[in-house]
Amino acid sequence: MKISKQIGKSVNRLEGHLKVTGAAKYAGEYDVPGLLQGYIVNSTITKGKILEIDESAAHALSGVVAIFSHNNRTKLPWFDIMYADMDAPPGTPFKPFYNDQILYNGQPIALVVAETFETARYAATLIKVTYDEEPFETELAAHLDDARDPKKGIATFIKPLPPSANGDFEKAYNDADVQYAGEFIHGTEHHNPLELFTTTTVYEGDGKLTVYDKTQGTSNCQIYIANVFGLHYKDVRILSPFVGGAFGSGLRPQYQLFLCVMASLELKRNVRVTMDRAQMFTFGHRPQTIQKTRFGATADGTVTAINHTAIAETSQHEDYTEVVVNWANMLYPAKNTLLDYKLVPLDVFSPMDMRAPGGSTGLHAIEATMDALSYILKVDPMELRLLNYAERDVSANKPFSSKELKQCYLQGAEKFGWANRKSEPRTTRRGNRLVGTGMSSGIWDVIALPAKAKASINKKGKLKVKSAVTDIGTGTLTVMTQIAADSLGIHIDDVTFEYGDSNMPLSPIQGGSYTTGVVGSAVKAACESLKKKIFKKAKKMNNSTFNSVALEDVVFEDGSMHLKQDKSNFVTFKEIIADNDGKKIKASKNNIPNVLKLKQYTRAAHSAAFVEVEVDEQLGIVNVTRAVTAVAAGKIINPKTARSQILGGMIWGISKALREETLMDHNLGKYMNTDLGEYHIPVHADIHELDVIFVDEKDDIINELGSKGVGEIGLASMAPAIANAIYHATGKRVNKFPIHFDQLL
Amino acid sequence: MHDKNSSNTANFSSNSNATKVQLHINKTTLHLHVMPWVSLLDAIRDHGKLTGTKKGCDHGQCGACTVICDGKRILSCLTLAVMKDGSEITTIEGIANGEVLHPLQTAFIEHDAFQCGYCTPGQICSAIAMLEEGKADTRDEVKEQMSGNLCRCGANTNIIDAIMEFKDKRNE
Ligand code: FES
Ligand code: FES
Repeated sequence: MKISKQIGKSVNRLEGHLKVTGAAKYAGEYDVPGLLQGYIVNSTITKGKILEIDESAAHALSGVVAIFSHNNRTKLPWFDIMYADMDAPPGTPFKPFYNDQILYNGQPIALVVAETFETARYAATLIKVTYDEEPFETELAAHLDDARDPKKGIATFIKPLPPSANGDFEKAYNDADVQYAGEFIHGTEHHNPLELFTTTTVYEGDGKLTVYDKTQGTSNCQIYIANVFGLHYKDVRILSPFVGGAFGSGLRPQYQLFLCVMASLELKRNVRVTMDRAQMFTFGHRPQTIQKTRFGATADGTVTAINHTAIAETSQHEDYTEVVVNWANMLYPAKNTLLDYKLVPLDVFSPMDMRAPGGSTGLHAIEATMDALSYILKVDPMELRLLNYAERDVSANKPFSSKELKQCYLQGAEKFGWANRKSEPRTTRRGNRLVGTGMSSGIWDVIALPAKAKASINKKGKLKVKSAVTDIGTGTLTVMTQIAADSLGIHIDDVTFEYGDSNMPLSPIQGGSYTTGVVGSAVKAACESLKKKIFKKAKKMNNSTFNSVALEDVVFEDGSMHLKQDKSNFVTFKEIIADNDGKKIKASKNNIPNVLKLKQYTRAAHSAAFVEVEVDEQLGIVNVTRAVTAVAAGKIINPKTARSQILGGMIWGISKALREETLMDHNLGKYMNTDLGEYHIPVHADIHELDVIFVDEKDDIINELGSKGVGEIGLASMAPAIANAIYHATGKRVNKFPIHFDQLL
Repeated sequence: MHDKNSSNTANFSSNSNATKVQLHINKTTLHLHVMPWVSLLDAIRDHGKLTGTKKGCDHGQCGACTVICDGKRILSCLTLAVMKDGSEITTIEGIANGEVLHPLQTAFIEHDAFQCGYCTPGQICSAIAMLEEGKADTRDEVKEQMSGNLCRCGANTNIIDAIMEFKDKRNE
C-alpha cells in the first residue's frame, strides 16, 4: 500500500481526543497518594527586609502540616551559578526563600503546607509579616536618565545587541526630504496562560523525585532542581506532557516548582503547590519599554536614515534583554542608521520572554513610523514597503537564507482587497463608525540550536521517537509524528512520539519559534541514522538482495526498503527485525547545526498583516472587523496547526494593540489589575474575520526541514497594522499601547 | 521548620463540620463528605477525581470551570459543593457517549478549536448548554454568549467555527 507523505498535510492534533474529553492530564491533576497542598504567601511590600513572620495563628489551625520561609528553609547553595537555568539572563538569579531581603512586590516569602487546599489557603491568610520598608523605584518613565547598556552574557548569542551605527545618521536625517519622529510607549504585560502554574512532586524516597510541572522545558527544570537541591540529575524526573499554555512564562523554572520540591524533600511527602491567578502576576512579564524613532526619506520614498532607540526596564538582579531595535534595518536597507537599546534596573521581578518578545514591541514603532512616512509622502503604505524592499540584509551585510516577504505583501493585499482602499484618512464611514485599513510588515528570527532525539523500531514495525521537548499547545506532538513518519517512510499510525519527560533525550526549552526546526531536525536526523542501521541489518540477512548496494541506492517508503531502480526488490522493516531475532533496532542522534554555514546568512520568517478597523466616533470603541496575515515561514509541516498558531498570534496582536496591560501603582510598586476581570484579553465577541495565507517559501539553509516556525510571526505584524488602521480611520496616531477609547475621542 | 503539634485550637478542617453531599456526576452518584467551604470545582477535581474540569482563575472570570448542572451551565468555582446536593452534573468526562464522541467534540478536533486545550472542557460544556438555552442564533450571538469562556491561546475563531458547524448540523 502506498503511504502518503505527512509533511505538508493538515493532520488533526493527535492528542485531540484527550483534550476534548478531559482526559489530558496537566501538572496539577495527578492523583498521588497522601498528597499535601501548599499555598504561597507573597510579600506585600516592594523593597526592604522581613523582620518577623508570625506563623502562630496559622500553625494553630488543624490540618496545617508545615510552614516554610527563609527562617527554616533547606540548606541552599551559595553560588549563583547553581540557580542559573537555561534561560537565565546575565546577573544573579532570584533565589526563593534565600534570605530576609525583599526585592519586589509579590515575592514569595512563605509556603503553608496543609492536608487540604482550603486549609493551606486559609492558613496563608493568617500569617502576619512585619517588614522594614525601604524606598523603591518602579516607574520606567521617571528613570530614563538612568538608562545604561545591558551586561553581556550567554543570552546575548541568541539576542544580539544592536549593530553599530552606519553612515552618518544625523546628517542624513537633516538632509532628508521628509521625516517622521515618534515616541512609543508600551506598558507591562503578563503571559497569563489559562492554566495556573502548578507543580506536583512525588517523593520517591532516597533523594529521588518525580515532578509533574508546568514548564516549557523538562530538561531545564531537571538541571535546575538537581543543582539547587544537590540531587543527582538522574534522580530528578520532570514530566510535562500537557501544558495549559505558557507563551514564554514557562521558559524558566517558576518559584512554585522550587517551593514544592523543597516541601516535598523536607517532609518526605507528596506535595502540590499551585499559584492563584494573582500570583501569576508575581514573576516574569513583558517589560515596560519606551522607544523613539526618527526616519528620514527622499521625496521619492527611499528611506535613507533610521534611528531607533529603546529603553526597557529590567530587575535589579538580572539584565533581561530583548531584540527591539535591530529589525528596521533588516527590513529597510537605509544606509544611515543609529540604533540603541538600554536598560533601567527597577525594583520589579526580572522581565521574561513573552510571545514575540522584543519583535512585537519594536515592530510597532518601526511600522507606525513607516506608515506615518507614507502619509507624508502620499505614497500607499504597502507601496512604500515595496519601494524599500531589502533583497539583502544590509544591517549585517548578509544575504537572506530565503525571503518571500514580497509575496506576503502581494498575496495578502490581494486577498484583503487592499487595492480598493481610499488613501485619505477619515474618509470611510459605516453608520456612526469610522472605518480604516492599515498594514504592517513582520519579521522574526530563525534560531538554530542543538537537540537530541532517539528512534527505535520494533518487530511489529512500529516506530518510536523520543525527545524531552514539551508541547505547550503548539502542535509539537503532531508535527514531530509527521516528520518521523516521512523520515522513515512509515504510516503515521505506526509512529509514536514520546515527549514532555526529562528522562528523554535533551531538548532546548520550547520557545522562540524554533522548536519545529530544532527538534524536528533532530527527529529527522535520528530517523536517518535509524535507516542506516536498518540498511546494515538488511544487508546481513540471508539471501539479501542488497549485498552489493549502497545506502544511496535504496529508498525507504511504505514500511519497507527497496532498490531505487527496482521497486519489486524490497524487504519490509518487519522482515528485517524478524531476522534480527525480533530485537528492536535503535538509533540516537545529537543534531548540531552547522553554525559556520548558518552564519553566512540572515535567517528570518516574514509576514504582512492587513487589518480593517471600525472606530465608534462617539464612544471611541475600536473593533478589528477583519484581518489577513500572509506568512512566509519556509516549509509548513502542518497547515492546520500552523494556521492556528498564526491565528493565535493575530489575536495576541489584537490584545496587545487594544486590550492588555498590567497597571502598576508606582506609589505602592504593586500591580493593581491582577485578575482576569481587570487584565483584559479579547473574548469571543471581540474577534471577527481572520484569515491566514502561507506563502510558498523554500529554504535549504536554515535546517533539515526548511521550516522556520510560526509561534511569534503572526503577532509581530498584527499590532502595528491595527494602530495604522486606526490612524486611517480616525486621522489620529496613537503611539501608546494598548490604544484605549479615551485616546480616540 | 515548625512541625505541627497535636493541640488543635481550630477545627478548620476537622471532620466535625463536614457535610454529606450527593452529586450525580455523569450518571454516577458521588457521595462526598466535604467542608461547607469547598467549591464545586474543587469537589469535582480533588474529591471526585474528575480533573477534566479546569481551574483558570477560581474567581468566575475565565469559564474554564464550566459544568452543566441540572441542564444549565454554571461556573463551578463560584458554586459551593453543598449548594448542589442532589444535583445532576455533567462534566467534560460525561459529554461523549462512551467511546463515541459528541458531535461538538468531533467538530472541535476537526476545526482545531484548541491549542493548549486548557479552556476546551469549559468551552465545550458551555457551548452545549448555551445552545440548549436557545437564545443564540447568529454567529454574532453565539460569540456574545460564549464570551464568558476565555481562550488565551487565541483559538477563538476555530472554537466558534466548531460550534456553528455543530449548531447548523443539529438544526438540519
Ligand atoms: S475557574 Fe471558574 S471561572 Fe475561572
Ligand atoms: S486552547 Fe489554550 S486557552 Fe484555549
